[in-house]
Amino acid sequence: MARLPEVRSTNDQSVVFTSSGFVHIAVPVYARGMDLSYTADEQRFRTEVRSFLDANLPAEIRAKVLAGKHVTRDDFVRWNKILYQQGWSTPNWPTEFGGPGWNAAQQHIFEDECADAGAPPLMPFGIRMVAPVIMTFGNRAQQDRFLPRIRSGDHWWCQGYSEPGSGSDLASLRMRAERRGDIYVCNGQKTWTTLAQYADWIFCLVRTATDRRQQQGISFLLIDMKSPGITVRPIITLDGDAEVNEVWFEDVEVPVDNRVGEENQGWTYAKYLLGHERTGNAGVGNCKRWLKALKRIASQQRAGGRPLIDDPRFRDRIAQVEIELMALEVTTMRVIAMELASQKPGPEASILKVQGTEIQQALTELQMLALGPQALPYQPAALDAGYPGPLSGPDYAVPITGRYLNHRKASIYAGSNEIQRNIIAKHMLGL
Amino acid sequence: MNFDFSEEQHQLRDSLVRLLDRGYEFDKRKQIVASETGYSREVWRQLAELGALSIALPEADGGTGGTAVDTLVIMEALGRRLVVEPYVPAIVLGAGLVARAGSEAQRARLLPRVGAGQHLLALAHDEVDSRYELARVTTRARPDGDGGGYMLDGAKTVVLGGGTADTLIVSARTAGEPGDPTGVSLFLVDATAAGVARRGYATQDGHRAADVTLTGVRVPGDALLGAAGDGVALVEHALEHGIAAVCGEALGVMAVLVDLTSSYVKTRKQFGVPIGQFQVLQHRLADMLMRVEQARSMTYLIATTVDSSDPAARRRVTAAAKTLVSQAARFVGQGAIQLHGGIGITDEAPVSHYFKRLTMITLTFGDADHHLARFSDLMDRGERNA
Repeated sequence: MARLPEVRSTNDQSVVFTSSGFVHIAVPVYARGMDLSYTADEQRFRTEVRSFLDANLPAEIRAKVLAGKHVTRDDFVRWNKILYQQGWSTPNWPTEFGGPGWNAAQQHIFEDECADAGAPPLMPFGIRMVAPVIMTFGNRAQQDRFLPRIRSGDHWWCQGYSEPGSGSDLASLRMRAERRGDIYVCNGQKTWTTLAQYADWIFCLVRTATDRRQQQGISFLLIDMKSPGITVRPIITLDGDAEVNEVWFEDVEVPVDNRVGEENQGWTYAKYLLGHERTGNAGVGNCKRWLKALKRIASQQRAGGRPLIDDPRFRDRIAQVEIELMALEVTTMRVIAMELASQKPGPEASILKVQGTEIQQALTELQMLALGPQALPYQPAALDAGYPGPLSGPDYAVPITGRYLNHRKASIYAGSNEIQRNIIAKHMLGL
Repeated sequence: MNFDFSEEQHQLRDSLVRLLDRGYEFDKRKQIVASETGYSREVWRQLAELGALSIALPEADGGTGGTAVDTLVIMEALGRRLVVEPYVPAIVLGAGLVARAGSEAQRARLLPRVGAGQHLLALAHDEVDSRYELARVTTRARPDGDGGGYMLDGAKTVVLGGGTADTLIVSARTAGEPGDPTGVSLFLVDATAAGVARRGYATQDGHRAADVTLTGVRVPGDALLGAAGDGVALVEHALEHGIAAVCGEALGVMAVLVDLTSSYVKTRKQFGVPIGQFQVLQHRLADMLMRVEQARSMTYLIATTVDSSDPAARRRVTAAAKTLVSQAARFVGQGAIQLHGGIGITDEAPVSHYFKRLTMITLTFGDADHHLARFSDLMDRGERNA
């Protein structure tokens, strides 16, 4: 069966080239023609997810998420455990490792419903980042030890990739791991470590060899955050919050058994992980919730004696983002369907990362603009649920400017959007 | 939910690509564009033989009962070769309208011949002051004689494929005033009837259009297409199909433009290196590719929506698709010319012709501003009190 002109797959990328070298996102061939509507089974699945959320999402957690208030570690873990009981805590996992084995449409429906209901997001560091690496490159003992605890929510993971001198140029990382018998002794510093203050474990890229090309001297270690010699220091970000951290390692001993895959082959695993990370970066479900919130704010705020949303100039700006989000929703499902067929993320995930984060930033900016002067007051205490007041302006305004400030990060993390464009140029356009 | 074409659609696409690879080279296209009629009867006949003209027609009318996704497959292939034959005016708009609104007799009289490539249709709707507003129709149809006939008077402009059409589908007011959403009716008018004057011309992209004036044109009662007064709704649905089709065509055009441009920057050397090594050009091309993929998603969405019986869903998705695809088309087209440098602004380079077609697509059936405003007006504004 032929597809869009001559198709071939390269060894390391799940992409197809046309006769002239232009790359399309490939999708699996189905017996029947394209149909973007939901099947009866998919609609039943949506109803099942919705009923589950209605019955099981704790009201106080839901209220915090929808109001943009602080969600605590306990809230995240509690929700993870509720999903675990249902077998849904790892929506992207295959059944082989205890996941639900959902297809692209099911994963999308689940994310959509969870976001709409006001469920806290599932932390990606375990389920979406380290787990696929352990599944693909880890040994049986590591799979048996770590995967069930990620699934149950007993292990909170964080990511030890970036260092002060190694951002976009990640392969230049300097944290050392010296082999001494059956342990590695680790020294160095990781940074921008999201929610390290909550984490039980950290996966780290470390340098195990310096006598060769940078990329060939990196190993992938799993490190217990309770190990002696680890210090976590919060970094206060521009929104005044402490979401990210510096993590310092001083003579931290890590068993060799905690190395994933081969020594000095860590860069391969790292790139594999980044691909999975990017697919999750689109955040369509969350964007849809923010879009709703934006319309709500623009309906409450008044301009020229009428609701702001009745001003066509402002409404057109909302419409523009909504249209881009409609397209991204379909693009996301196309990419997930392709990854399920090929079992690995390709460079298309970079499209999701760039488009998704640009839409997130557009939405957070419009939310702030909709508030006008009410965007100015800085009232961090009001971000905690149950804050008794006093308050300037409406309660819904409290988290908005901080969210805008915070989400400047989105086009920087997980490979800056400029790095994503480099990836697209190299791997999809052959430049 | 499923994101790929069926085996039949792949086969259709392959046959079409083979046909056009053989018979629609760039020089051949130039000859066709320069010919008197502006299209090739031979190519049209071949498209008919392939079943491409009748694919979306009902089986009862000699077609194969296909969907807008079949049309998308065809349009993307036509876009890749910049095919100028009047597929959108004659088949997507004309035949689609007759199939949806026509009486049994009208369908039997026209559709088998249209599907066989022996008869051309065109939709004569737009007027000088209507811009993109569908209800702004001033052409009048007055009852004429005792037999239920009508007399048509008015002027239509930029009627796509209007110069070569055998039958025109003319919109005219049987009631109401310009701007009223009801009161417009559609009529099947023999293009050679007394009182019909056509002035055909080329459009910027090598397609053809015509200005049509109707002066005391007499048509019988059975020339009425669909119910009297329903014309605007019928035209709107036809244009939704037209928009889905030109979005598909734009995908083909944009894919070629990204392809041509990435090939060009790999070979063109300045400062001793291929200019594709410069990051500023790489990022612009990456942005172009992302726009094409987003446009592709939106085109899949509209192609799977326009056959829906829910007008609200059709309206929303059509407005979104035409906005996003037009914006992508502008970005990709302008980027392609810029990255080609001087050669991009010559008539000799294919890239300039792809750019012109893409630009005209953005202006056809409503531009991005028009459809963004429509989407914005239709948009769910959310809960008022929360």
